[in-house]
Amino acid sequence: MSSRFRTSCAFALVVALAMTGCNREERHSRSKPLGETVDTGASPDTIIPGGGTPQPLDPRAALYDNNSPAIAEGQQLFNKMNCVGCHSHGGGGMGPALMDDEWRYGGRIDQIAATIAEGRPNGMPSWRGKLTEDQIWKIAAYVRTLSGLPSKDVVGSRSEGISGPTPQTLTPHQQPRPSDTAEQ
Amino acid sequence: MTQMSRFLVSVGSVLLLCSLASACQRKTTETTPAAAPGKAASAQSAVSADNGNWEMPGKNYASTRFSALNEITPANANRLGVVFTFSTATTHGFEAPPLVVDGTMYLITPYPNYLYALDLTQPGAPAKWVFKPKPAAASQGVACCGPVNRGAAYSNGRIIFNTLDGFTISVDAKSGQQVWRTAVANMQKGETITMAPLVAAGKVLVGDSGGEMGVRGSLTALDEATGKVAWKAFTTGPDKDVLIGPRFKPFYPMDRGKDLGVKSWPPDAWKTGGGTVWGWISYDPGLGLIYYGTSNPGPWNPDQRPGDNKWTAGIFARDVNTGEAVWFYQSTPHDLFDYDDINESILADIPWGNGRRPVLLRPDRNGYFYVMDRRTGQVLSATPYGYINTTRGIDLRSGRLVYAAEKEPKPGRVVRNICPASPGMKDWNPAAFSPATGLVYIPHNNLCQDQVVMEANYISGTPFVGADVKMYAGPGGNRGVFTAWDPMKRRAAWEIKEDLPVWSPALATAGNVVFYGTMDGWFKAVDARSGRLLWRFKAGSGIIGQPISYRGPDGHQYIAVVAGVGGWAGAVVAGKLDTRDPTAALGFVNAVKDLTTKTTAGGMLYVFALPH
Repeated sequence: MSSRFRTSCAFALVVALAMTGCNREERHSRSKPLGETVDTGASPDTIIPGGGTPQPLDPRAALYDNNSPAIAEGQQLFNKMNCVGCHSHGGGGMGPALMDDEWRYGGRIDQIAATIAEGRPNGMPSWRGKLTEDQIWKIAAYVRTLSGLPSKDVVGSRSEGISGPTPQTLTPHQQPRPSDTAEQ
Repeated sequence: MTQMSRFLVSVGSVLLLCSLASACQRKTTETTPAAAPGKAASAQSAVSADNGNWEMPGKNYASTRFSALNEITPANANRLGVVFTFSTATTHGFEAPPLVVDGTMYLITPYPNYLYALDLTQPGAPAKWVFKPKPAAASQGVACCGPVNRGAAYSNGRIIFNTLDGFTISVDAKSGQQVWRTAVANMQKGETITMAPLVAAGKVLVGDSGGEMGVRGSLTALDEATGKVAWKAFTTGPDKDVLIGPRFKPFYPMDRGKDLGVKSWPPDAWKTGGGTVWGWISYDPGLGLIYYGTSNPGPWNPDQRPGDNKWTAGIFARDVNTGEAVWFYQSTPHDLFDYDDINESILADIPWGNGRRPVLLRPDRNGYFYVMDRRTGQVLSATPYGYINTTRGIDLRSGRLVYAAEKEPKPGRVVRNICPASPGMKDWNPAAFSPATGLVYIPHNNLCQDQVVMEANYISGTPFVGADVKMYAGPGGNRGVFTAWDPMKRRAAWEIKEDLPVWSPALATAGNVVFYGTMDGWFKAVDARSGRLLWRFKAGSGIIGQPISYRGPDGHQYIAVVAGVGGWAGAVVAGKLDTRDPTAALGFVNAVKDLTTKTTAGGMLYVFALPH
């Protein structure tokens, strides 16, 4: 793929994202200002030499976090792209649980998106090139609902499948913390 | 083995008279002496005299897991005590047995697949060396049921084992140096290796895992000396890939026909159809045949693969030298519930007419205990050894499993109370057979489940399942059972109900003491004849490892087992899964939510002996 093509792709994506944002502006149903629902603690296990503040939240987060349609699409993708095969409906299996408060690689939406895009060394596949960035961010938005991070008025009120966890409107908010598990 | 060969010749003519399976079977059960289940009832074959070592996970080619040592008896077992321990430096499920060869113990761990050599001639058994194969960490994300390893094998001065990321490695048993390393499975396609290789007739036999990842199952034979591939037999696909040729003579018409590995599938579905070989292989040196089972077809959703899905969920007999298939029996055609058929085949000779008949004893995942003629693949009997409602039995004329229509999963239909659940009446953990009692000691489950299936998307290297499952305890409420099964009378001699699923294999000994472990960490010794609890020891973690018995350098009998909960059943602890999601770990978490309060992850070898 030529770099010119990549540039134009990226441009198109930015335009698309911007347009999505415009279109959805009326449909956002946040109960609180964005800044209060995004965890600004950054990667909880990152040391910043000499002190300082963590990298600011990726601006794309505003388009997806707490965005009800994005979350709903992310849920579809989570099932169809086989995320559910490893993480079940949040309880985990071959992969770690996503409904608890332990985040090995950070629980911020941009960190989750990075995990999905790049993969992680203990078995998380890299989906870059298999999913569009838009899809990756939607899945990331949905993943945050598993631990009750977005506000309750943007998540589905029906439980998943025959026997999945309770409806997400009942999922307790679990503040992301670093995992004490180095591997698996 | 020579004794068995003589048997074959002498009883051959008798067997010819018994052409009808049902007739033979009735006759056998009727003529079995009721009062003498001991030596008269059955005897193992293909077993040479016990040298006191434990050189392969099944103990011998017949996979009896029976030790001829008899120092430990029901009278003294309560005096067993710990001699030494060893930390494995792992917290994944530990399913492998220690091996013991002439004063050295070898221990293969789950990922990262360290191989330890411990010097049994020294006090405390210090390590002689450790071999670290450095498997790819990413392979942990491709292993369906914990990054486990089910054991190594010793042969001709080498320890041979598989790594999770798909290599078979031969290591010099004395020096701990690698002799060869061969790539057998490709984790990028979802293949891993968790099984223990069998070394027979100069071949190292290795199968793949990944039945939940849409892989194409296979068994590979490597040259024992060089590691070069001698032959490879796929489970699905055209006959030439499955190594089906003129010698292939399945007993039942349902398993006959050209290229059934293609034709019994929708177009191209066989390429992602599973049928992996992650369980146990037995070997009959007299017949020159190996026996092994194939896994579930993929995906779990049966709606996506109409047809019998050959040659998944069945058992192959192959020529060890060429890999040619000699017979196949599909115990679970068109599997509906993940009833892999990878469980162990125990080789035994049973009384038959005026002579004896060489058979396989198979406690199958689908819930039936099969007795099969191992020369032909004929099913002599198939008897439930626990509660089954998914099937109505096996038609002995056609050999076919008869499904209960009301339990068939269909997309959009929730089917409840499926028994046995997907891990089956019994999963991978092998039974032991004692020729002293004639009983097969079966560690197994009592689980049922609710299930709904949906379309699974095939994406190479990711799960290919298409089912939501929620398991729970079966009738009676106990989730596990330890059953002493009489294969001749076709009923349990005794059974022990266990609260948790019994995920540890069994060990039988000539002292008439049988050993097994529980998932909450109890290691138990019971009387082989009555099931009476003789002794128990609480280990630091749940036990799913394979217990063994060996003669130490001092001439005394030792018992060894590794504690370390995990695997599919223990994933909730080893993988720190969240119990609020009943579908976690393919639905197993729902059945063992309480395990998190009953044990913790770990990895510790325990070695026991009587005071001496």
